[in-house]
Amino acid sequence: MSKLVLKNIGKSYGSFDAVKDFSLELASGEFVSLLGPSGCGKTTTLRMIAGFMPPTSGTIEVDGKVISSPAGVVPPEKRGMSMIFQSYAIWPNMTVGQNVGFGLEVRKLPRAEIERRVDRILEVVQMAPLKGRYPAELSGGQQQRVALARAIVVEPEVLLLDEPLSNLDANLREEMRFEIRRLHDEFKITTVYVTHDQSEAMVTSDRIVVMNKGRIEQIDPPHILYGRPKSRFVAGFIGRTNFVDRDGATYSIRPQSIGLSPARPLANAVEADIVGRSYLGEYWDYLAKPLGDTKPLRVSTGPNVLFDVGQRVWLEIDPTAMVRVE
Amino acid sequence: MAVAQPALDLPMRRTRIGGWDPTWLLWIAIIAVLLFLVVSPFVYLVLTSFQAERTGAFTLQNYATAYGRARYIDALFNSLQLGAGAALLAGVLAVPLAWGCSRTNMPGRGFVRMLVLATFITPPYTGAVAWILLAGPNAGWLNRIYVMLTGAEAGPFNIYSFPGLVVVIALYSFPYIFIFTSAALELVSSEMEDAANILGAGTWRTMRKVTLPLAIPAILGGLIICFLEAIALFASPAMIAIPARFNVVTTQLFQFFGNPVRVEVAAAYAMPLLGVTVLLALVQRLMTHRKSFATLTGKGGERRPIDLGSGRWLMFAYAMFVASLSVFLPYIFLVQAAFAKAWGRGFAWDNLSFRNFHFVLFEHATAAQSVWNAFLYAGVAATAGVILTLGVAYIVARKLVPFGGLLAFLCVAPFVIPGVVLAIGFYAAYAPPPLALYGTAMILILAFTTRFLPIGYVNASAAIRSINPEMEEAVRVLGGSRLTALRRVVAPLLKRNLLGAWLLIFIPATRELSSAIFLYGPNTKVVSVMIFDMSEEGNFEYLAALALILQILTLPLLYIGQRALGRDFMLRRTTT
Repeated sequence: MSKLVLKNIGKSYGSFDAVKDFSLELASGEFVSLLGPSGCGKTTTLRMIAGFMPPTSGTIEVDGKVISSPAGVVPPEKRGMSMIFQSYAIWPNMTVGQNVGFGLEVRKLPRAEIERRVDRILEVVQMAPLKGRYPAELSGGQQQRVALARAIVVEPEVLLLDEPLSNLDANLREEMRFEIRRLHDEFKITTVYVTHDQSEAMVTSDRIVVMNKGRIEQIDPPHILYGRPKSRFVAGFIGRTNFVDRDGATYSIRPQSIGLSPARPLANAVEADIVGRSYLGEYWDYLAKPLGDTKPLRVSTGPNVLFDVGQRVWLEIDPTAMVRVE
Repeated sequence: MAVAQPALDLPMRRTRIGGWDPTWLLWIAIIAVLLFLVVSPFVYLVLTSFQAERTGAFTLQNYATAYGRARYIDALFNSLQLGAGAALLAGVLAVPLAWGCSRTNMPGRGFVRMLVLATFITPPYTGAVAWILLAGPNAGWLNRIYVMLTGAEAGPFNIYSFPGLVVVIALYSFPYIFIFTSAALELVSSEMEDAANILGAGTWRTMRKVTLPLAIPAILGGLIICFLEAIALFASPAMIAIPARFNVVTTQLFQFFGNPVRVEVAAAYAMPLLGVTVLLALVQRLMTHRKSFATLTGKGGERRPIDLGSGRWLMFAYAMFVASLSVFLPYIFLVQAAFAKAWGRGFAWDNLSFRNFHFVLFEHATAAQSVWNAFLYAGVAATAGVILTLGVAYIVARKLVPFGGLLAFLCVAPFVIPGVVLAIGFYAAYAPPPLALYGTAMILILAFTTRFLPIGYVNASAAIRSINPEMEEAVRVLGGSRLTALRRVVAPLLKRNLLGAWLLIFIPATRELSSAIFLYGPNTKVVSVMIFDMSEEGNFEYLAALALILQILTLPLLYIGQRALGRDFMLRRTTT
């Protein structure tokens, strides 16, 4: 049975629809991301799941029980969920240990049991030596680990994460992505993860919901989303792509699906001029304009494939890599 | 290790749209309290002005009486002139000091700020008394020194005059302009001034053309506040204008309130004061809250002090000159009087005595009691004010009820009601039966609470806004109720701020005179009223001793406030 079910959820403010007709089912233990640009309604959706705002239409169910509908909502404190906030929301007046133990305390567990579980989870997030510290003495990454421990230790029905990594610097962000996935694999908590960062979503998630202007664009596992985008928006938002118009339809083709060679390939060849290039360390980014075309195509090659601007080249386009988008 | 999960099939809470929510109860309770404190005195003030004495029938006679004599009208114009004169002079005193302290390398900036604070916490009546000692005709110290130095027959100073009153009021209200101006100047980034320098403008030209114009809205705002303070002030005019045989609005109101109490006429006569205050307070808000200017430059960059060269000593000298007038001279001679057998006999060993302190503390029938009363009433009022405004600020910030803005408005509305007018409103509303509160401690506490609600609200709301709502949401999502969140997270985080807000109400409430003078009874005399009575009796030695006791009792409070909120807490947080 599905763990968390959202049926035709909508949230409108007057005539503005922040979220419209949003439906999603999460299997128990599944990790799903809501991905989209800011203002697409992903955080609103998350806050409706948490119970901080009632939906204006549709219902939310956990284990088959309705917890949100326009007729009423179960308040957040009765939902048995956890949430990790953008600001971490670590309470500065409590130590690391008190922060992490809070949820267990509210659930009235015996003191010794609370200590045991707090110690264990701090072990898991590698924060055990800092149990007695106050948040002000912690780095951003450490605060993030406390927030994770605090959310996981109560073994929530559903774990909600609201852009948890956006306040970290680039290196730490990358490290924490894997950390979040590792913790998920260990505890198997049903998780909804909100982010605007596509690589974050791809590293962590079983499935990704791409949202735009309050609506769902596509729900799929990361590799399908990338390889088979359904809409122009998804193709453009997930990774970089070229849009090609053929016979009145638009196709998306990824830069690395185009071959670049000085000699004519066997098939699917188009002659082109290199009109621009930039070196990004891991790859070259070339702009190649097919003869007789006005729009250059973006082509990625390995870091050792060298062409000059103005050079005449051959493009090899694999037709199976061309995806028709709406 | 399964944690017991709360049952999910608990009854759902109805959403707010069209439904009942328990927070409404709280909202209604707070509305009721605010109606009682703010709206009802105001309504009664207006109603009373149209009611005949005793019968309560509708009449315009009160207005005819209130504006029926030339000298009543004169008092209105005197107030306007007084306000304008005091505000302008205060501007001249305050603006250079503010610029020197916040933007230049003037020496002793911290010291100067401290002296401004010392000025700020000197009650107007204490300052007025000190200046009577300094510039009273003949006996005043400045006159005596002048005579001694020049051999002239009489000194030139006479505090009992219109200019004398202007000077005394300006000296103790210039901190308002200082606060506004330095706040604005601290927002002007050095980069803006650098830009002018690089284009060839020198320090003075940059200040004239760039820095000051950017601070102009704040300076004007400060001038307006000063003007409003001056026209609403009761103590200094009562001590200086009445002996000088002219009246201002507040002293005239006091006379309407004297035997027999003509509250209807007083209410009618209070209307122009109220009208002017409301109007100018609105103008002031528009000016200082207009975001288009100066203040919002995003990341304004660093602020480096401007190097004044040797001119910095000139600045410092000016600051010391101002401080001598507002702090050094007044306190030297207050202390002299407090420790003197007779202040006129000057500094001599055989004139030294502790008798005055002993007398006011242990012998005088009500002086010690009046200090205790003031601190007790102020303490209760500050506690009530903090709790009430904290509740409102929380409800407004978290949008718990619709029309929360209305609550916020009621909390800040008393800002535009002068203390004297507020007192007349309270008298009109609660002196008659059934409540019959006149002369009770309760009416003083209620009036103090109302009078300082705006200070409480501004601070409470800033404190609440400093807490990220996610802090509370984190509690709730983990299973804690809103009450748990308030108890375990919000309250501990706000401790310091709330202590600060409490002191910011408490300190001015201990010295409040203008509303107390209309509402106290024989058993509820507060120290400010006591000091005022002593000045009428001419007991300057006792008075000085009592005034110093009040100041000394305030010092530890200031220290606590600075520990809780930082060095400048008084100067930063008392104005809206």
